[in-house]
Amino acid sequence: MKRIVVLGGGTGGTLMANRLRRLLDRDAAEITVIDSGDAHLYQPGLLFVPFARARPESLTRPRCRQLRPGVTFRRATVERVDLDADQVLLADGASVGYDVLVIATGARLVPEETEGLTGPGWQDRVFTFYTLDGAVALRRALSEFVGGRLAVAVMDMPVKCPVAPLEFCFLADSYFRDRGIRDRVDLVYVTPLDGAFTKPVCNRELSGLLKDKSVSLVTEFNTGEVDGEGGRLVSYDGREVPFDLAVVIPLHAGQDYVSRSPGLGDELGFVPADQQTLQSKAKPNVFVIGDAADVPTSKAGSVAHFEGQIAARNITRYLAGEPLDASFDGHTNCFIESGSGKALLIDFNYDTEPLTGHFPARIGLPLLRQSRLCHLGKLAFGWLYWHVLLPGREIPGVHSQMPAAGKRQPAPSPVAPARSSR
Amino acid sequence: MSTATYAGTDVAVNDEGFLTDPAQWREEMAPQIAAAEGITELTERHWQVIKFMRHEYETKGTGPTVRVLGKTSGVSVKELYQLFPKGPAKLAAKIAGIPKPRGCI
Repeated sequence: MKRIVVLGGGTGGTLMANRLRRLLDRDAAEITVIDSGDAHLYQPGLLFVPFARARPESLTRPRCRQLRPGVTFRRATVERVDLDADQVLLADGASVGYDVLVIATGARLVPEETEGLTGPGWQDRVFTFYTLDGAVALRRALSEFVGGRLAVAVMDMPVKCPVAPLEFCFLADSYFRDRGIRDRVDLVYVTPLDGAFTKPVCNRELSGLLKDKSVSLVTEFNTGEVDGEGGRLVSYDGREVPFDLAVVIPLHAGQDYVSRSPGLGDELGFVPADQQTLQSKAKPNVFVIGDAADVPTSKAGSVAHFEGQIAARNITRYLAGEPLDASFDGHTNCFIESGSGKALLIDFNYDTEPLTGHFPARIGLPLLRQSRLCHLGKLAFGWLYWHVLLPGREIPGVHSQMPAAGKRQPAPSPVAPARSSR
Repeated sequence: MSTATYAGTDVAVNDEGFLTDPAQWREEMAPQIAAAEGITELTERHWQVIKFMRHEYETKGTGPTVRVLGKTSGVSVKELYQLFPKGPAKLAAKIAGIPKPRGCI
């Protein structure tokens, strides 16, 4: 009997456990999911909470209920992983041995790593919508906001769902328009990148959208300090962005136990993995999925979904002593809410930047173009998440490999691509 | 792709001025690359970062981002911005003759 232990009962951990349970007979392997809490949060819904377009209580469900029969859910806090002994040590002193370990513990927010961010003004005029509490607090602040400068600021990469801060700007524009006070609100988007997005074609479209909605853009701004009392973002190179209300995306890191496990993670607590097989670089019997992984793609639910199929196959091959043959191409697929009941869709992978065209083929949803259809797609995604993604099933017509058909290849451009680092 | 001459040696550089072959880099080239970026003097602190960048590149195949540099190089992010204004990770990588750190998406 093989023992598979999955750390984390979020998107990646849940769909992994369910996929593996379907692939492996119950008498061949036991599967245990370990998580410290039992509330599974539908993270894509957080974006809508501040605008009173999602009810907070509708976004969480019990973790254990998302797991197939035959998957054991254990509520416990992980102290560290002993890679040499193939054991997970729990905070209560117990240890759990494994033949295969799946790391799916995601990313955590570390607002305290930015000077001043959690000081005076935090949750008063400085908010984040990346937590449920934060999104609810921001809903109240937005409803009381009658005018002034609203700054939306990304502290540094990597962040979960890198398009969410842009979506927030688009939705804020609609929100204040609906309230009839848009002319009294100055919206500004502050990013450490040198454009709205990292890749040229997408950057052009999204920058244009910010402009259309009169959102000013401040680039290459590495926030060193958030002064909630004085209402200022201060960059490391001494520039300032004043604000009346700030919505920040705090720094992200991996989980603490990763840093306490010698040889497992990198400096930020993410776990380096082979970008194709999703096997960790730490040890062959450890696999990584979702936001916890250090692989060069977005931290997004769609990535965890596409990775799921690849990692599940490779894990079963590994258990059977066969060479790993499934390869992840970095496929990412995101709906971008653009306000006024519309959305855009982007689809890309390690090698192909988000392009215009249609998805998944020549006839399909428009790519990188605002449409009502994509907005409906985004809303439908909530249902797909609980009923198709988490159970570890395939979305009909959507494959883990990125489709090339339907994408318009860009003409070779003499302009240097947008830089993506500092 | 073009060529630049540092310390009397021709090296291949990309459109943004990064050496395309880190093996061509020698310490003598650093002051000249730095000067072209407006850094007139390389202090011991600069060198600590430059050598760290080289070491990270040689062991990991990519240069660290500024946040990782701040955590691991022994030089705080604040000081990194004083040493290499605007973009420490990018600038230090260029002076150290390694590719631009792989960005995040």
